[in-house]
Amino acid sequence: MSDPREPILEVRDLVKHFPLTQGILFRRQIGAVKAVDGVSLRLYPGETLGVVGESGCGKSTVAKLLMNLERPTSGAIMYKGEDISKLSGRALRAVRRNIQMVFQDPYTSLNPRMTVGDIIGEPFLIHPEVAPKGERRKRVRELLDVVGLNPEYINRYPHQFSGGQRQRIGIARGLALNPEIIVADEPVSALDVSVQAQVINLMERLQNEFNLSYMFIAHDLSIVRHISDRVGVMYLGRVVEIGTEEEIYRYPTHPYTQALLSAVPVPDPVASERRERIILAGDVPSPANPPSGCHFRTRCWKAQPLCAEVDPELVVPGHLREAGLPVAHPSACHFAGQKPEVTAG
Amino acid sequence: MLLEVRDLRVEFETRDGLVRAVNGVSYTVEAGRTLAVLGESGSGKSVTAQAVMGIIDSPPGRIAGGEVLFQGRDLLTMRPEERRRIRGDKIAMIFQDALSALNPVLTVGYQLGEMFRVHRGASRAEARARAVELMDRVRIPAAKERVDDYPHQFSGGMRQRIMIAMALALEPELIIADEPTTALDVTVQAQVMDLLDELQREYQMGLILITHDLGVVAGVADEIAVMYAGRIIETAPVRELYKRPAHPYTKGLLESIPRLDHKGGELRAIRGLPPNLARIPSGCPYHPRCPLARDVCREDPVPPLYEVGPGRASACHFWKETMGE
Repeated sequence: MSDPREPILEVRDLVKHFPLTQGILFRRQIGAVKAVDGVSLRLYPGETLGVVGESGCGKSTVAKLLMNLERPTSGAIMYKGEDISKLSGRALRAVRRNIQMVFQDPYTSLNPRMTVGDIIGEPFLIHPEVAPKGERRKRVRELLDVVGLNPEYINRYPHQFSGGQRQRIGIARGLALNPEIIVADEPVSALDVSVQAQVINLMERLQNEFNLSYMFIAHDLSIVRHISDRVGVMYLGRVVEIGTEEEIYRYPTHPYTQALLSAVPVPDPVASERRERIILAGDVPSPANPPSGCHFRTRCWKAQPLCAEVDPELVVPGHLREAGLPVAHPSACHFAGQKPEVTAG
Repeated sequence: MLLEVRDLRVEFETRDGLVRAVNGVSYTVEAGRTLAVLGESGSGKSVTAQAVMGIIDSPPGRIAGGEVLFQGRDLLTMRPEERRRIRGDKIAMIFQDALSALNPVLTVGYQLGEMFRVHRGASRAEARARAVELMDRVRIPAAKERVDDYPHQFSGGMRQRIMIAMALALEPELIIADEPTTALDVTVQAQVMDLLDELQREYQMGLILITHDLGVVAGVADEIAVMYAGRIIETAPVRELYKRPAHPYTKGLLESIPRLDHKGGELRAIRGLPPNLARIPSGCPYHPRCPLARDVCREDPVPPLYEVGPGRASACHFWKETMGE
């Protein structure tokens, strides 16, 4: 991928293995859950990178690693060219100011004993340089206004708000320190359908207003298409395909992406009858014991002996290179190729 | 008619006062047909189903009126033991969360077999054989080896298959599935929905599919009932509802969801929030969020379900405008 732009955030060969141990006194490691197994991604300034995948694919672990809530087993996380994965103390705090997170569950991610004002203002306690003491309440009111909540609500408690409003509070807290990057892990999946659109629109407006870069992690493929400029598809700890929104949704070349797209129920009875669906057999294998070679091969209809032996790399497949964009984009499959009838149109 | 719900009302006594969860819901389900009940949280879609099954916690819940006619007989006025027999034999329910619906300390074989022992007086060995058969039927691989496993040893999709197997065990005439695939991943969801669809056809069962997912509905339902604030606000055959919704809420929902097939511009969000059921707005409960709302919408009584076409109804005074007529 030769992109002339400088990424604001980049992960390189990121690996996170959680040890599986046995015994109480003498804890022996008997294996590892390979939650993230060599992920490389780039986030460019002002863009939204969507990360999709099913449960257990490692997308949330990637988010935690980016936020330094977990330490990677190996690999690097580069923020503006500097590896932040080994930072601690003051240096880490300084970087964190610029990378904030919005969580999935607006019910458990807000402290029920704190007022909204205290929740949104709490980041200022750690980063007092952002807002001097006398101005913090004013700043919190501004933030409430920015996310579309009444600034008069500053003394209310989380339980007095609906799910959608709570997610707005979480977003306001994320914005408090004027970050450059927001990592959002399933930010709307706990919300009602009629409220999801409000929050998505809000996030898009804020992105334009504050020139934010989003890492948007979700399992809902329609929402990810709507909000993302580029999309990475994850399966069992690896990115299997990455490209622009159009490349992934209209010209998917990895069999997993094709199956995933074809399985999404579309809200259109006519189209849903016409669509050819690929029903995958079986479940996702355990990340503690992923298949050799290509992780997807156990459920793949294209699998050959080669797939068990050689890990496919996430590169533009050689045999697709002459097709040019949009077909030729990175896809980690030995037999990558278009299957036009299953694209999302 | 397999099932006919008439003017059902359910209330809950809470600290916030009386919560009117279901306010006069009527619908019918025929054998071999699928009715999707679509709604957001708090719309009353699940409570309606629980009332049909007779599993509303009471107190605080109370059925405040209406009839639930199963093959012409009212379940609500039936003697409890008679009702229990129908519920086990003829109506079955599939829940969203299979892990909490299955007993964690009993093997799945025991739980499946229990259906035959209790309802059919089968012997242990016979019940076990039937359990294996059922697991095969819902395509659980290596059913014979897995019949003695516990629920936690299965994946989410497999557990949901076990739930379906349990619901099918006594070959019921009606299945109520409450968000059966919501907890599942997309690729597994497709497997489970396909299985349910196929089994329903094969056994010619009636199916009530309760969901919030406009996509799932489009694939499997014959008719749709859209609920809002404890009422049905629109009913229609599935294709027509998607093609030309007759209620602004349905229309708003369809317009607000992002599409898989194109990126699209800004989403047309529905403003505001679903109402608090302890304080339902006067008149049409959707009026505070509705772009078409006028004075008549704010005034009681609630708009009736106008007949807007063959097999179609909408509880909107301005259904013509909504449909673009």
